[in-house]
Amino acid sequence: MLVLIPLLPFAGFVINAFVGRRLSKTVSGGLACLVMVAAFLVAAITGWTVISGGHAIEQTLFTWLPSGDLQIPFALRVDPLATVMILVVTGIGALIHVYSIGYMHEETDGEYARYFSYLNLFASFMLVLVLGANFPVMFIGWEGVGLCSYLLIGFWFRKKPAADAGKKAFVVNRIGDFGFILGMLLLFASFHTLDFQGVALAAAARAPETATFGLMTAATLLLFLGATGKSAQIPLYVWLPDAMEGPTPVSALIHAATMVTAGVYMIARNAVLFSHAPTTLAVVAGIGVATALMAGTIGLVQNDIKRVLAYSTVSQLGYMFLAMGMGAYAAGIFHLYTHAFFKALLFLGSGAVIHALAGEQDLRNMGGLKKALPVTYWTFLTGAIAIAGVPPLSGFFSKDEILFRTFTGTAVNGWNGRPLLWLIGIVTSLLTATYMFRLVFMAFHGERRHDAPAAPVRPEEEEPGAPVPPLPGPVYSDLPAVDRTHGATHASHAHEGAHLHDAPPSMAIPLIVLAIGSIVAGFIGVPHAIWGSNRIETFLDPSFEVSREAAATEPGAPLVDVPPAAEPHEDTGRELTLMAVSTGIAFAGIGIAMYFWLRNRAASDRMARRFAALHRLLLNKYYVDEIYDAAVVQPIRLLSTSGLWKGVDVGIIDGAVNGVGLSVGAGSRGLRRAQTGSVRTYAASLFLGVVLILGWYLWR
Amino acid sequence: MPPGFSSSDFYYLMPELVITAGALLVLALDVLLPRAWERVLSWVTVAVILGAGLALVPSAGQNLTIARDLVAIDGFATFFKVLFLVAAALTVLMSPRYLTLENVHPGEYYFLVLCATLGMMFMAGGVDLITLFIGLETMAVSFYVLTGIIRPNKRSNEAAIKYFVLGAFSLGLLLYGMSILYGLTGSTHLRVIATSLVAGDGGLLLPFAVMLLVAGIGFKIAAVPFHMWAPDVYEGAPTPITAFLSVGSKAASFAMLLRIFVAGLPAFRADGLGTAWGQPFGWGAFFYVLAVVTMTVGNLAALTQGNIKRLLAYSSIAHAGYILIGIVAGSTRGVSAALVYLMIYAFMQLGAFAVVVMLRRKDIIGDELKDLTGLYATHPGAAIAMLVFMLSLGGIPPTAGFMGKFWVFGAAIDAGYVWLAVIGVLNSAVSLYYYIRIVVFMWISEEEEKSAAFGISPAVATVLAVTLAMTVLLGIYPRLLFDFAQASAASLGSVPSLGLR
Amino acid sequence: MTPITPYHYLVLSAALFMLGVIGVMTRRNIIIIFMSIELMLNAVNINLAAFSQQLHNAVGQVFAIFVVAVAAAEAAIGLGIILAFYRNKETLNIDEMNILRW
Repeated sequence: MLVLIPLLPFAGFVINAFVGRRLSKTVSGGLACLVMVAAFLVAAITGWTVISGGHAIEQTLFTWLPSGDLQIPFALRVDPLATVMILVVTGIGALIHVYSIGYMHEETDGEYARYFSYLNLFASFMLVLVLGANFPVMFIGWEGVGLCSYLLIGFWFRKKPAADAGKKAFVVNRIGDFGFILGMLLLFASFHTLDFQGVALAAAARAPETATFGLMTAATLLLFLGATGKSAQIPLYVWLPDAMEGPTPVSALIHAATMVTAGVYMIARNAVLFSHAPTTLAVVAGIGVATALMAGTIGLVQNDIKRVLAYSTVSQLGYMFLAMGMGAYAAGIFHLYTHAFFKALLFLGSGAVIHALAGEQDLRNMGGLKKALPVTYWTFLTGAIAIAGVPPLSGFFSKDEILFRTFTGTAVNGWNGRPLLWLIGIVTSLLTATYMFRLVFMAFHGERRHDAPAAPVRPEEEEPGAPVPPLPGPVYSDLPAVDRTHGATHASHAHEGAHLHDAPPSMAIPLIVLAIGSIVAGFIGVPHAIWGSNRIETFLDPSFEVSREAAATEPGAPLVDVPPAAEPHEDTGRELTLMAVSTGIAFAGIGIAMYFWLRNRAASDRMARRFAALHRLLLNKYYVDEIYDAAVVQPIRLLSTSGLWKGVDVGIIDGAVNGVGLSVGAGSRGLRRAQTGSVRTYAASLFLGVVLILGWYLWR
Repeated sequence: MPPGFSSSDFYYLMPELVITAGALLVLALDVLLPRAWERVLSWVTVAVILGAGLALVPSAGQNLTIARDLVAIDGFATFFKVLFLVAAALTVLMSPRYLTLENVHPGEYYFLVLCATLGMMFMAGGVDLITLFIGLETMAVSFYVLTGIIRPNKRSNEAAIKYFVLGAFSLGLLLYGMSILYGLTGSTHLRVIATSLVAGDGGLLLPFAVMLLVAGIGFKIAAVPFHMWAPDVYEGAPTPITAFLSVGSKAASFAMLLRIFVAGLPAFRADGLGTAWGQPFGWGAFFYVLAVVTMTVGNLAALTQGNIKRLLAYSSIAHAGYILIGIVAGSTRGVSAALVYLMIYAFMQLGAFAVVVMLRRKDIIGDELKDLTGLYATHPGAAIAMLVFMLSLGGIPPTAGFMGKFWVFGAAIDAGYVWLAVIGVLNSAVSLYYYIRIVVFMWISEEEEKSAAFGISPAVATVLAVTLAMTVLLGIYPRLLFDFAQASAASLGSVPSLGLR
Repeated sequence: MTPITPYHYLVLSAALFMLGVIGVMTRRNIIIIFMSIELMLNAVNINLAAFSQQLHNAVGQVFAIFVVAVAAAEAAIGLGIILAFYRNKETLNIDEMNILRW
């Protein structure tokens, strides 16, 4: 039964990969969706069994890795944690499949089948990752999603940026995998088991490595390196923003339901092990919160609609890692779950925008789409409100839970940095609301600019004395890539501008479903403080059960969250206060966005077009903006563009990657040159080898 | 019957005898059959190999020595013989069309392939330095000729000369080492050598002999810095022979290495004279360094190659490094990991070369990366197979290559060589970069159908199917192979575990 | 006059071996390189014979005979390969073999 869940999408992959070229689009696309829906139904039945039965279901297919007396079975297991994940993967995955039918309809039959075969394979591997009962089985899925992301991001491989982005994703992920394999081997060597429950038991039997740097700390740090690669955290996040070179539904799949959640899931899966390595948890929390802040500031100034969303994903993943680092596993998974809804929604919505605008991705060339694309607008707005953290939408509950846990969590290794982490979290929350609504306002409100030439006019080139650049985007030449496939085929009717078409039903239905999900998904996790029951946490608890017992063995420092039932009452007041703060922050962010990108931009647009005579007067009015601009926007922009975006991202991380690449390339070419083709050189090398070994022996 | 021999000797030598008789049969048929019947020869050869496989059945589960203690019939030998026969059969199957295209006379070709196989079988079974040396030379001489068998082709000529000169040179080093070993122990039998040598014996002579042996065998397995012949020879040799060379010759040399060092020189694994970098000094330390250098140089050099055969040559050098890790670990588990790796490597490497063989068309040599362009569009089956082989070579689950790496690195960590495993994992991460490059080329399709469809001969298709099936099967259900390898490794015995880690 | 001991044979063999090694690495003519390799093999034979004599053990001499036989086989094969090469390139200079490199 369990094996059906990954096997159904895999069957879809096999059929589409081998005979897909001979099938019509309706058949190949329909088949791909059908298997995903079927997988979702099986997952739902399984989930229901777990929820009602309250215990894990396990299925062992066969003994996979025999090692003397020790056997590693090819086993799948569903516990509450996995239940949440399979429902998210199959549910959101199925919606994305359906959406793709509309989005990819312009591809040729062969390409269409190839696309759906990859998509099915991706889902299949992700399900193996989630269902695996031990590390090696998980690793199949782990590597598999890496491979599929490479294929999907580089789907339009004729487009160089797409091919490069695919390669970048692959290479960066390999660095992470390196950590994963080593962590796995280390655990295997010391615990002699790779089963998650076995590892948890073995870890629970040991004392937490509070002050020492022991085996579990080393193993968890290596595993975390793997997680940073898959889940796009510092320093391995660089691939994710580039990953938007792939088709938009793929971005949605990667960002929302699969791939990037793998790292978070893996840590949650090994909650017990990580709880026994407080040093690692501190690192996880630190990296998470730093990533959240950094990505949030970068997202503020990007002009490519998908790039903004990509940085937003990185930022939200940072929250999840913060939760993991705080030991609030349930809260992190809760956020993962709600995030899947609204991020899928936002990406699919941006896809609808791009689709309607013939491949245009530059925010500066959008605007005023509210009327033309009502379905897209309203659903997108829902997603934006959800991610901004406005109650009672889903994002509010999960994000608030993480912030609350951060504030009330325990000291890590004696260093009590919780308030600082919480503060950064709150600032990031503000940024989130701001950049999301900047996006909404620039794309959907204001004047329509999408008939303008694709290349934005650089502000300096405008007439002298021109007002503040109406578009506060940075002016570096990183023009967003244009989805050429769409550009080419849609160009005929899109630039007439008159009839922009809203999403067709196959795209609109997933949007609406996801919008509803974004609104209601949070209600399963309403905290006790506001008379909810926080069902998701109660449900997920058994998955971290051993960790609770293990924590109990160490007095004084509970490493995981205390069960809500045991929570003292005075926390309620504090929780309500924090809730109010984060709600206020969300609205503040929206307000800032409204002020900068809605109100003043409209004014500036009007002024820029007419009233050359009133220039000076209006100019004075805009001094305010310039001061704001100089005092607030510019420093932030400067920090994010040249400081973070250019400096860290391009300069240091890309530079390091390229630097390593260059020196490796040079080394490789050097080795090639050493291969002179001369037999005498080869003989000399052979003999030199002998002499060297002998010399080493004697010298020693 | 001469004294000391019995009929059971011939019973257990049946596989070798079948191969010998078969080789002579092929040679005779080549003269007797009319030209038009040439194609039959390949099927005769395959039949001979299958016959040898059947003759191998009585050896299963045996553990004895025959022919006056010169040849062992044990699990270790049987494991390698299976590997050689499989590799030989697949090589023969991928040859016919290639030979026609290159205008090579098939009779001597198949004869030599069988001779090389015969030599390999003695390398796996031999427990006496003389037997091992004769096996090695039977194999090597056959390969010298096979490499240069496309006589009008300058590349083939040049590869043959390079291989021959360097091979003979390395043989000189190896024999010199063996002669000293004989002088120190008074015997050429590995068991006697093992029992009569104690660590520290022979002063400087023993390490000197060991070093020469390392160099001689290091040449055959293409370990850095004895590897430089490999890329040139692999590139110039006929592609099926390159495949056989990189699989059969390498596996046979590993068999010989394991026999000589693990069974013959366990005392010198650590000579008890001190340590280097925390490792007891001895051949364990030599192979440690060789493994690290071999993996790293192989993978780095492969990164910028544009010729597939050359790229696979460097990749095969790197794989020799991974296998050496298992030998450094030295435990039964380490040895069995090396055996598992060799078997898995045989399938994926032969499969990859079968694709390269397939690419050889009338006027296209087909060994440049760009020749792969559009393969997915024209031959999706072959492209998917190649994708699987590349992923397997790169060590991605659930392919067999992952199992091999997992086992080798696991054995290393188990034996305390954590850093060796770290370097290995790092290297396999790097290696994936160039394997993926190959994949990328296959998926690029040019607008004009330049690489118009070309047929795949049924024989090559069979090779692809078998290697693909095994690469996937051994990844998903490696159990049988693991048990087989473990039993085989146990029959070899293992070096005493080291006190120091 | 000092008697000839196995030690002397070892020195002779080592010298011969090194001559062979140096010959392989420095000479350009393939035939001469080939002869240098034969020199190395003969050094091995001297070693084996000397040890055999010292240990009163015939295995070494058997080994030496095998080495001679194999060297003969190699010579035959090697000269054949060299001939095929010469027909194509009209040279025996090993430095002119450089199609296969990098």
